[in-house]
Amino acid sequence: MAPGAQFAAKRLGKELTKISKGLPAGIVLVQGDNFEEWLLDIQVLDSNPLYMGQTYRLKFKFGSSYPIEPPEVVFVKLPDRPIPIHPHIYSNGIICLDLLGQQGWSPVQNVESVCMSLQSMLTGNTKNERPPGDEEFVRGNRLRPKDIDFYYHDNNV
Amino acid sequence: MDSDDDFMSAVSSEDDILPDDSDNDDLSGAEDFDFDDEPDPDLGMSKDIGRKRVAYDISFKVYQPADIEKQQDDLINEVNMILNISKEEAAILLRHFRWNKERLIEDYMDAPPQVLEAAGLAQESASLPRLEVQPGFVCDICCEEGPGLASFAIKCGHRYCVDCYRHYLSQKIKEEGEAARIQCPSDGCDLIVDARSLDLLVTPELKERYHELLNRTYVEDKDTLKWCPAPDCQNAIECGVKKKDLDKVVPTVSCLCAHRFCFGCILSDHQPAPCELVKKWLKKCADDSETANWISANTKECPKCNSTIEKNGGCNHMTCRKCKHEFCWMCMGLWSEHGTSWYSCNRFEEKSGTEARDAQAKSRVSLERYLHYYNRYANHEQSARLDKDIYTKTEKKMVQLQKESGMSWIEVQYLNSASQALQTCRQTLMWTYAFAFYLARNNLTEIFEDNQKDLEMAVEGLSEMFEKPVTELADPKLKVEIMDKTSYCNKRRIILLDDTAQNLADGRWTFNVELTGSAPASGGPSNRR
Ligand SMILES: [Zn+2]
Ligand SMILES: [Zn+2]
Ligand SMILES: [Zn+2]
Ligand SMILES: [Zn+2]
Ligand SMILES: [Zn+2]
Ligand SMILES: [Zn+2]
Repeated sequence: MAPGAQFAAKRLGKELTKISKGLPAGIVLVQGDNFEEWLLDIQVLDSNPLYMGQTYRLKFKFGSSYPIEPPEVVFVKLPDRPIPIHPHIYSNGIICLDLLGQQGWSPVQNVESVCMSLQSMLTGNTKNERPPGDEEFVRGNRLRPKDIDFYYHDNNV
Repeated sequence: MDSDDDFMSAVSSEDDILPDDSDNDDLSGAEDFDFDDEPDPDLGMSKDIGRKRVAYDISFKVYQPADIEKQQDDLINEVNMILNISKEEAAILLRHFRWNKERLIEDYMDAPPQVLEAAGLAQESASLPRLEVQPGFVCDICCEEGPGLASFAIKCGHRYCVDCYRHYLSQKIKEEGEAARIQCPSDGCDLIVDARSLDLLVTPELKERYHELLNRTYVEDKDTLKWCPAPDCQNAIECGVKKKDLDKVVPTVSCLCAHRFCFGCILSDHQPAPCELVKKWLKKCADDSETANWISANTKECPKCNSTIEKNGGCNHMTCRKCKHEFCWMCMGLWSEHGTSWYSCNRFEEKSGTEARDAQAKSRVSLERYLHYYNRYANHEQSARLDKDIYTKTEKKMVQLQKESGMSWIEVQYLNSASQALQTCRQTLMWTYAFAFYLARNNLTEIFEDNQKDLEMAVEGLSEMFEKPVTELADPKLKVEIMDKTSYCNKRRIILLDDTAQNLADGRWTFNVELTGSAPASGGPSNRR
């Protein structure tokens, strides 16, 4: 293991210990058997008609500098796991959220807190729409989420 | 002042190609392009310094690393004397105030303790940054705890272990290039990690990078200063053109390293097209690259015998090696027709109304229209690159010829001038096609197209002479022709740029897209790099 990777592994190990004691309602760890990539399911708990009864799959990718660097977090599409509709979520699962960017990320955040932020981002949304330019972006984008400069035009959504 | 003249000719490549070079005298001694005399230089266009300046010429000044350092030192010394604080503190305060000396002095005179505190320079020794071992401390980043775990916090009290803090700072400094404005690692806390804390925490291997970045803040904090984007160039340029003026002027500056770029958007010289059109055009080209790529390819088939021909020089006059057919690379038409009907190669004839009525034809016309301009844009871009190669090759041959014919190095410099003129003019021509693509017809477009055509013909003529075999190049008669053509090309370029810049400043162009000045892209993702 690279010397830097130990830093991430140590922290993720601590997170796993904490997760084994329980996660908040609506968040389930699906796969966390290594320190590079985890899968989690999240649900929106209130009765928001946009997301009621649905489960969404999140993929976390951790670099060796996690949690100094943010993890890469995307929604993953599966037969029973759609991509939630939201003005900041592209239909390919890429999320435009400032806390996941270098500027908005704080190393105090963790997997659990990111899941909770995404839960509340969905809970508070009433717009049944994708981000502007979704189609074009999804067609043209070949970059990884961390290499995309998002303009966080509206952090209230 | 001889040194000033040298400086000038090195700074402004436009000066050696001005129509009347005796005018250079007017600029001697004006090493700073009159910048200091005119804090808001009114785009430098109405300035009268003894002669009428061409409209695209703007005021700017080049600073080398030593100049930048000296300016910082001067400001630091001044604040050090006025406020009677140490130079180290003066530097920290100036960075904190984004090098706005006046505001710093004013605020400091009002309430020294508050200013010092805000900049992380509180006077009480109790608040000097230091590492601490606190009982019961748990680091929220690595989740470690344990006796003897050294930790650190800035004023806000958000405390993390030293390892995590160092890791965090190293990420910010090394990966994100931040130095003067690194925030506390805590979520939502925007307190800046002050310079003293950084000095305490930053490891020796990061120190150099950190101080280098600190020095960069001087240029980055000032709207009137920008780094020269040429790789390995350490110079900065000062220019008073503001963002809101970018729909009126294309602020082109040239560094001592000879790199010519736009002060507005940092891209290479894109006169006469305004920054916003350039942005739109480059985006369009990237989006449409699949349709357009085949056109910019280096090879084409001879229209007569279909053998593959590779373009190996900058000239558009192609002669098929196999069948000797002569044609124009741009339009594939007969070269012999280009003496009189050059128009078909430079101007796009709008298709007739009947054809346009058909929706399908319409979209084809719009694609054709785009391809027409793109083709010419890409052709000049490519030719400019090829012309450079040719010069490198020619230079070698000229060295050889010098030995054989006894011509001096000075005597062969005319080829260097020709090569530079070709590249500069092609770069301009290239952007005239992007400009023309967005240009809506009015009574001025014809003059523009004539200027474009004149420049293009001159450039193709020079390019053709330039490609002659070395033995012919040494002929004194051809040498004179090349020199004449070189200065004619430069003259045509200046006429075109002057005309377009003047009309841009006067708002007399109509574009078929909205030119909003400096509105940033609104919302949505943009791809970095
Ligand atoms: Zn720690
Ligand atoms: Zn803090
Ligand atoms: Zn430079
Ligand atoms: Zn520009
Ligand atoms: Zn042929
Ligand atoms: Zn032609």
